[in-house]
Amino acid sequence: MIEIDNITKRYDGVAVVDGVTLRIEPCTICVIVGTSGSGKTTLMRMINKLVEPSSGRIRIDGQDIAGIPAFQLRRRIGYAIQGHGLFPHRTVGQNIATVPKLLGWDKDQTAARVDELLSLFQLDPAQFRNRMPHELSGGQQQRVGVARALAAKPNILLMDEPYGALDPVIRAKAQQDLLAIQRRFGTTIVLVTHDMEEAIHLGTTIAVMDKGRLLQCATPAQIIANPATPFVAELIGTSERPFRMLSLSRVADHVEPGEAAGEPIDASASLRDAYGELLWSGRPALPVRLDGRIVGQVTLEGLSRLAARPQ
Amino acid sequence: MVLAALFVLIGRSASGLTPPGDSFARVSPGAGFWLLVFAFALLVTDALTRLRLPPWARIGILMAIAGAVALLLWSGSWNDLSTLKEYGTRERAFWAEARNHLVLAFGSVAAATIAGVPLGLVCYKIKPVRAAVLNVLNIVQTIPSIALFGLLIAPLAWVAANLPGASALGISGIGAAPAMVALFAYSLLPIVSNTVVGLLSVSPAAVDAARGMGMTGRQRLLVVELPLAFPVILTGIRIVLVQNIGLATIAALIGGGGFGVFVFQGIGQTAMDLVLLGAVPTVVLAFAAAVVLDALVEMTSRGGRRP
Ligand SMILES: Nc1ncnc2c1ncn2[C@@H]1O[C@H](COP(=O)(O)OP(=O)(O)O)[C@@H](O)[C@H]1O
Ligand SMILES: [Mg+2]
Repeated sequence: MIEIDNITKRYDGVAVVDGVTLRIEPCTICVIVGTSGSGKTTLMRMINKLVEPSSGRIRIDGQDIAGIPAFQLRRRIGYAIQGHGLFPHRTVGQNIATVPKLLGWDKDQTAARVDELLSLFQLDPAQFRNRMPHELSGGQQQRVGVARALAAKPNILLMDEPYGALDPVIRAKAQQDLLAIQRRFGTTIVLVTHDMEEAIHLGTTIAVMDKGRLLQCATPAQIIANPATPFVAELIGTSERPFRMLSLSRVADHVEPGEAAGEPIDASASLRDAYGELLWSGRPALPVRLDGRIVGQVTLEGLSRLAARPQ
Repeated sequence: MVLAALFVLIGRSASGLTPPGDSFARVSPGAGFWLLVFAFALLVTDALTRLRLPPWARIGILMAIAGAVALLLWSGSWNDLSTLKEYGTRERAFWAEARNHLVLAFGSVAAATIAGVPLGLVCYKIKPVRAAVLNVLNIVQTIPSIALFGLLIAPLAWVAANLPGASALGISGIGAAPAMVALFAYSLLPIVSNTVVGLLSVSPAAVDAARGMGMTGRQRLLVVELPLAFPVILTGIRIVLVQNIGLATIAALIGGGGFGVFVFQGIGQTAMDLVLLGAVPTVVLAFAAAVVLDALVEMTSRGGRRP
């Protein structure tokens, strides 16, 4: 658990992060979202002491980080940034092995971990271990950057706009991978982005920042339904709200009995995808397929009800 | 090929033209020969650059040429050429001055590297120091070389006279010491500024990642910053090495020795052959140093820089 307690950072007297209090539960993804310059990066970098707070405290699992030497704290916390920050003169394998080496892991253990992570990110170890970073595509570099951050099995992973430089298709894939990895290892992730769509897709909780202040911290559904300020509402996009709401749930959770005609939709798809398909094909209902069997239907009427503002 | 044939033939013709038993007559290639050699050398260099050979291949070619020339020299087919006749009468002096020359050039560069890289590091870390140091070094660089050699005579003579033990170490107003100090001073700016530029060009994202992963300042420097700056630092060393091999000839003017001794003796006696005895090895040495270090720079920067 990360407890941020009334933290403030001033540069030349100007508060860049202003009295932020935030609790991040273990094994969740907290997405910090806001316009550029709102202090997201500064807030995140105070968690691993890359920035010293002007006042306030941060505790990790109850322990005040002020008492931990910065380099020791950082070796316990994964850190991935936009533009990956890979060391251009070291191989993919050496890059991933950075923190294990700093921690003094033995060679075999490190090598095994490197291969394990490469496989996890769908990069064939034999093929990629000895490549140089500039020999990889942007998406591959980004995956290696995250693999490097996870190398020493940290409980906490900090990510600063990790997908900012990726094209939409590769970004969607990377987000999917991140969710899978988070579920598998139970890592607590703090992710910074300026993209509300990404925040809603990834976040267990979303923390909205503006001009250094924390405006609202809540689940995506709560934020969409009850934005705390007009600024939060604007960030979500007023006209987007029903679709954002639908994108939060899966078809599987809202199957109705009945039989519909035509091409079925997968139960793992989001309600938003189902809604799009309904509108596009001009049908009132779609059959739902789960493990190859038709288990019911989703209807236009049902989805319209779900998309409406919760009472 | 043409060049090689020319080199072999020039030796032949010289032997043919020298009257037997006459050790004073000098047969030297005329200006036309030197022009031709120069033109062909340019052509060859140009062709080699165009081929974009890998670095080790360039070093290999350099070795092959050096080997071929050594073979020609050793076979004695050039022995009747004027410059080599000069060599014959000064064999011992030639190698002694060669040693002096190498010690001056390489020694000053080594000393400047040992002092300049840490100085560059300090300039990189502390901004106010950076401007001050680079300004001073810039001024040193603009002092004409002979003036700098001259300027150093007085203070070093004073040191030799007043510091006990200094003269025992070989420090004196004239000779190798002021030459060494002057060459060192000239080398410092390129090495310090290249160290600073090299360190500044290291990707900020890589440095940030290194910090964020828990590297200490020392580890960051040794594992990330210096290795990434190394090709640029090496380029600085290459510049001063080539520069100092040339400049070291001037050291002869203040009694510092080196190939310059033959050049200035030759100029004094208007003996072109003697000038060449000093000049040709200097040029060859500088050229070889440039080729080898360029290749090294390329080898170390491969993969290290983003394309
Ligand atoms: N080291 C620094 N010195 C001075 N100002 C800074 C520094 N770092 C960030 N800032 C300022 O703090 C504000 C917030 O920056 P940042 O946390 O990077 O915002 P975000 O990540 O939300 O875009 C910006 O206005 C930026 O100019
Ligand atoms: Mg930022």
